[in-house]
Amino acid sequence: MTEQFVSASLVAIWSAMGVYTVAFILFTLDLAKRSAGDAESAGSTADSSSTAESLAFERAAASESSSGRSIGGQLGNAGGITATLVRPVEDSPAPKVYRLERVAFALTGLAWLVHVAAVLLRGFAQGYVPWANMFEFSLTSSAIIVGVFLFMQFWQNLRFLGAYISGFALIVLGVGTVNFYVDVVPLAVPLQSFWLVIHVFVAVLGTAFFALGAGLSITQLLQSRAAAGRAVGLRFLQTIPSADKLETLAYRVIVVGFVFWTFTLIAGAVWAERAWGRYWGWDTKEVWTFIIWTIFAGYIHARATRGWRGSRSAWLAIIGFGAVMFNFTVVNLFFKGLHAYSGL
Amino acid sequence: MSRPSDHYDSAPAKRDGAIAGPSLGPIGYARFFWRQLTSMRTALFLLLLLAIAAVPGSLVPQRSSDPNGVVQYTRDNPTLAPIVDAVQGFDVYTSVWFSAIYLLLFVSLIGCVIPRTAHHFKALRAAPPKTPARLDRLEGYASVEVGAGESDAAAAIDSARDILRRSGYRVQLFEGQGGDFSVSAERGYLRETGNLVFHTALIGVLISVGIGGSFGYSGQKVIVEGDSFSNVLLSYESFLPGRFFDDSVLEPYRLTLDDFDVEYEQQNRNAYGQPIDFTAGVTTFQGGAEAGVEREIKVNAPLSIGGNEIYLLGNGYAPVITVRDGNGDVAFSQAVPFLPQDANLTSLGVLKVPDALPEQLSMRGFFYPSAVPLDTGAFTSNYPDLVNPVLSLQVYTGEPRLDDGVYALDLDGLTEIAGRTAATPSIELRPGETADLPGGAGSITFENAAPASAAGDLEQSVPRFASLDIHRDPSQGWVLLFAILVLAGLLTSLFIPRRRVWVKAIDSDGGLRLEYAGLARGEDPGLERAVRDIQQRHAQRLGLRVNE
Repeated sequence: MTEQFVSASLVAIWSAMGVYTVAFILFTLDLAKRSAGDAESAGSTADSSSTAESLAFERAAASESSSGRSIGGQLGNAGGITATLVRPVEDSPAPKVYRLERVAFALTGLAWLVHVAAVLLRGFAQGYVPWANMFEFSLTSSAIIVGVFLFMQFWQNLRFLGAYISGFALIVLGVGTVNFYVDVVPLAVPLQSFWLVIHVFVAVLGTAFFALGAGLSITQLLQSRAAAGRAVGLRFLQTIPSADKLETLAYRVIVVGFVFWTFTLIAGAVWAERAWGRYWGWDTKEVWTFIIWTIFAGYIHARATRGWRGSRSAWLAIIGFGAVMFNFTVVNLFFKGLHAYSGL
Repeated sequence: MSRPSDHYDSAPAKRDGAIAGPSLGPIGYARFFWRQLTSMRTALFLLLLLAIAAVPGSLVPQRSSDPNGVVQYTRDNPTLAPIVDAVQGFDVYTSVWFSAIYLLLFVSLIGCVIPRTAHHFKALRAAPPKTPARLDRLEGYASVEVGAGESDAAAAIDSARDILRRSGYRVQLFEGQGGDFSVSAERGYLRETGNLVFHTALIGVLISVGIGGSFGYSGQKVIVEGDSFSNVLLSYESFLPGRFFDDSVLEPYRLTLDDFDVEYEQQNRNAYGQPIDFTAGVTTFQGGAEAGVEREIKVNAPLSIGGNEIYLLGNGYAPVITVRDGNGDVAFSQAVPFLPQDANLTSLGVLKVPDALPEQLSMRGFFYPSAVPLDTGAFTSNYPDLVNPVLSLQVYTGEPRLDDGVYALDLDGLTEIAGRTAATPSIELRPGETADLPGGAGSITFENAAPASAAGDLEQSVPRFASLDIHRDPSQGWVLLFAILVLAGLLTSLFIPRRRVWVKAIDSDGGLRLEYAGLARGEDPGLERAVRDIQQRHAQRLGLRVNE
């Protein structure tokens, strides 16, 4: 039984990687196409002609609805007094629809479903959460990162990060499976705790938000370079939000990540007290978790410091995510410490 | 001043051009320095510096977490190690420079939190500020024109106030000069409260770690199956008291290790022999009670007793060894803990027998729970449980050093009488066997701890030991409390929006114009929606049918 699950999980992993690859290529092609400025192929769009300056107050009278409508108010018999609302029309153009991007996004969703199946199969195969060694951690964390990216679309259109996210997931999943694969073994005694479920899962969630934040910050930096006229050839930047907007989005995403990371730190300390008899001991992994927390605390402060908004805080977000990756790779593999659960 | 002068939301400093250099007295300098220290830029700089300063502690082994690593590092890098040590590189997190950074950071933090707390207290009691003259430049601005005949501005504002108050806003009515009425409303004071709680709780964490830790202690005890431990200083193998430790805090209790069970994986071929469970069964005796209580200590499940937490951190085998000296007298007979060297519990141990006559004896050797011979003639263990237990000892005569502990043997001045360099090879024993030492120096017996077991069943022949960490940390609860406050403060300070909303009613041409607008104080993505919501509810309340 276990063996069937394990091999099914592996098949699912490779399939997901295949679909991610196609999605990544399409996302990249889409960006290239947008850079080429091929307006025709961009698919039909809603009218986006509203110029930013003309804060038109025109929507007022141009409305449908009820019978007794008039500009002046009068006593209505049933609905009460009629009044007229005047509100400045927002200047954001209706979002364009890019056909390639839509296909790529749909494929990412498909790959993600297969990916999640791989995670679940691995979990069923071994009877405990599939994030107890580096391979499983790569498998699950990439699934959660893509999942957060997908579900984020209900809140904001961040599909322009598709190439970044699908490429990232592909690398994590590929390297994790090829280089770190381990067979199903019983859960090591120190990991037999419900804190494994909570602590690690929340750490991955935090990582996912930091990953998105870093993606947004990178785009923000590109965008501000473009604004300064230094991003030659990257014309797709004209089709995505402005640097200011990206910065705000990055901040909101990273703040969520920061809360998760704070929780990870506290939950880790509680678990360390149970398992090792001390809540904090400057173990290498603890050190790096602390460093990452401090960098992102710095990022949040930078956003409130005059002279540090914009590109500087964006760099902090990128460095912070770099530290997260360092913590997961170099610290796991080369540093000596108590968190020696890579399984290698 | 509520916020640092370089906070994004505070007004830019006035530059009056006057260079105040010469007139800056000592107080002036102190004030200047203080303002620098409590500025956002300094706090940010110190935060990032703290992150960088923490890095070396992960590159170089630390005495606190990895003392053996420090020894190894010193051996491997004889020239570099003294330099690293001179800059406190082996004690990064207690070093002068690391401490200086975080203490400065916390001073800066306190210097920021105190004035902000005072300001916030005032703000909590103050009414919302006067309605701005022009709302149309503010966020979420909307106006509603109500036709002639319906011009009761005061009544309209009354109901707006009611709506705002019910939505958790603090409200204040204003009457403008032009006969307009307005309500000024503010909400989300909890955002700043959360912010202050977050930062104050961080100080709380630091203080409880710093002070609280000094009242606690930690100690280690290696305890063999069947043996007891009493909570007195002498029973501890090693003991690390906090600065203000006083041995009156050692509560009297005693515990006996009845048995130590390990379960090994036997189904999964990829993990054959991997331990999947450790259980230390103990009986505890407390408060002078005769009858003990049976309890368990497991990894991830420490035992709470007498103000202590007892953790299971290690285990191994402790062969029972009896040594008779040259005169035939028993000079040594006890269980000797052997320290595991690998996953299959090949274990290293030392015996010192200073009481042996006519010559003092000492031994060093390996214990293999499941011995298999290697090509070299030596043994290795291929399974951690007791399948084929073998003890292999080198024996020395001469006076052994006793001050270097029970796990180390300094061979200096000792003569090997059995072992690689001696005429007699190492002594190899199985449970129950005895071997004579060369030259009439005596004999060694590897006792079978369960002689009554069936022949060939050696599963109980060698007792196990558990190594326990015994801690007392009275500050732990405080640290946790402050940590939870940190998280709660963070959540409220980041996700509760602080916003002002205004509703103004202006008589115009016999009709009435209602204006709505808001102002974000800090990050507030939902402001426009909130203003629109207020406007819609207000229209509903007034019975307006609004054409958009």
